Amino acid sequence: MNYALEVKDLQKSFGGVAVTQNVSLQVMPGERRLIIGPNGAGKTTLFAQITGDIKPDSGSITLFGKEMTSQPIHARAHLGMSRTYQIITLFPKDTLAHNVVLALLGVSQRKKQIFSSMKLTDQMYDQALEILDHVGLKNQAYRKVTEISYGEQRRVEIAIALAQNPQVLLLDEPLAGLSKNERVMVADLINSISKEKAIVMIEHDMETALAFAEKILVLQYGKVIVDGDRDTVINDPKVQEVYLGH
Amino acid sequence: MTLKNSLTYFALILVCTLLPLVSGEYYVNLGSQIMIAAVFAASLNLLVGYGGLTSLGHATFLGLAAYVSAWLYLNMGMGHAYSAPVALGLTTLVGALFGWISLRASGLSFLMLTLALSQIVWGVGYRWVSLTNGDNGLSGLTRPMPFGWDLENSTNFYWFTLIVTIACLFFIGKIVNSPFGASLKGTRDQDKRMSALGYDVWKIRWITFVMSSFFGAISGLLYVYFNKYIHPSVISITSSAEALLCVIAGGSGTLAGPIIGSILIVLLKNYVSGFVERWNMLLGVIFVFIVIFMPAGLVPGIVQLKTRLLGDKK
Repeated sequence: MNYALEVKDLQKSFGGVAVTQNVSLQVMPGERRLIIGPNGAGKTTLFAQITGDIKPDSGSITLFGKEMTSQPIHARAHLGMSRTYQIITLFPKDTLAHNVVLALLGVSQRKKQIFSSMKLTDQMYDQALEILDHVGLKNQAYRKVTEISYGEQRRVEIAIALAQNPQVLLLDEPLAGLSKNERVMVADLINSISKEKAIVMIEHDMETALAFAEKILVLQYGKVIVDGDRDTVINDPKVQEVYLGH
Repeated sequence: MTLKNSLTYFALILVCTLLPLVSGEYYVNLGSQIMIAAVFAASLNLLVGYGGLTSLGHATFLGLAAYVSAWLYLNMGMGHAYSAPVALGLTTLVGALFGWISLRASGLSFLMLTLALSQIVWGVGYRWVSLTNGDNGLSGLTRPMPFGWDLENSTNFYWFTLIVTIACLFFIGKIVNSPFGASLKGTRDQDKRMSALGYDVWKIRWITFVMSSFFGAISGLLYVYFNKYIHPSVISITSSAEALLCVIAGGSGTLAGPIIGSILIVLLKNYVSGFVERWNMLLGVIFVFIVIFMPAGLVPGIVQLKTRLLGDKK
């Protein structure tokens, strides 16, 4: 079967501490997958291995059947993967439009051009405005990142990830630190993302996350304790004991 | 480019062009030295200001191009028309190698690697006497005569340097305002994010290092043509630090910053030192003043001050 993302027997240790132990994960194209687990369960470390920020000790990662375990981070973006960060990672001195343009440029051959100009009238800025419109920030496109609220910055993170036109989108706690209203806004935004794109999300806000998920993978101490569809996982006694506190 | 900007650039170029007609030879030579320093600082600014890569070994490229050109002229009897491209090519090649080595690290380690590599070249300049004439340097050089234009004349040399400087600054300006330049600035501000966006951060930095060494080599050719002499001290850490000072004092990451910084340093070095014996002390005081009151450098500092006084017209 041609999975959008397949992780097989991933292992990673830091010193004597095993942070990822034989983790396997299959995500179908267009699937909404949730990764949950208590703090320190190894969720973000798993993401970091999938994106290439951390090299796994063993195991394999494939994207649409293409082996990418040893591929550098930038090559994974060209294979159709993009991500958001748990800690907002934007270009604070630049405008929202320029942030999105950098994302568009990253997957374009134009980034290699040394002697052509990059003007505000550029077609890429028009594309950036369309994407910012989609996340509800078109009217703030030419404000600097430092001039907008935290919740709006979260939406810029998603805009940047969408600008890369990914087939697999990794969202690392996209609702973290948001007010109730902002959570609703960002959750709506995530739900509006095309079903052609597979989304893998780490999230602690269970109400929103469970409404989003089709399948859920639960991690504890770097191990998969349950992996299955939403209802199976929610009703699993181990999950209720470890994570949901029932 | 707006009409106002175009007119400003045109007026500046016109003033610089006409300057030798109203000033004595001393000031004409001072102008040439400022422009050479500006090209050198602008080449370093590509790395420091736009790439966020602080190098303390950039004098290698100025010195190497100067040495290669002088050596080829003195030992091989090669004319400037041939020695200049060879010097530029060889220096850029060394830049590619040094960049490949230095960019294995980042931050302070990158700075130390650039310093270490430049110290090797400086050591060769001093100690390999049979090749470089050691502490005596290489002398007995002439200036080129492009299309029969006699550059031995100070004013002609000034105009020649002005043309080369404008060309270099124009191309550096084109680079930093291009999609590649946007990528470079992105790697300076968020290298991790840039990788995730599909940019090969290492390659962008390496290409910038190579381009920076190329423009540094151009300043080296101008330097050796101006002085008709080259000494190992040109490759020393002091030369590299001076260029870094020009960039930081003027304002890194701006096109005008290295020019303003070069005017300041060269004037202090050549002009003020005639009146004040301890000019280095004065330079230190000025630098401390800039760091305290305009930490981003003179150009961004003045722009900020103007905005504060006159308000943002945007």
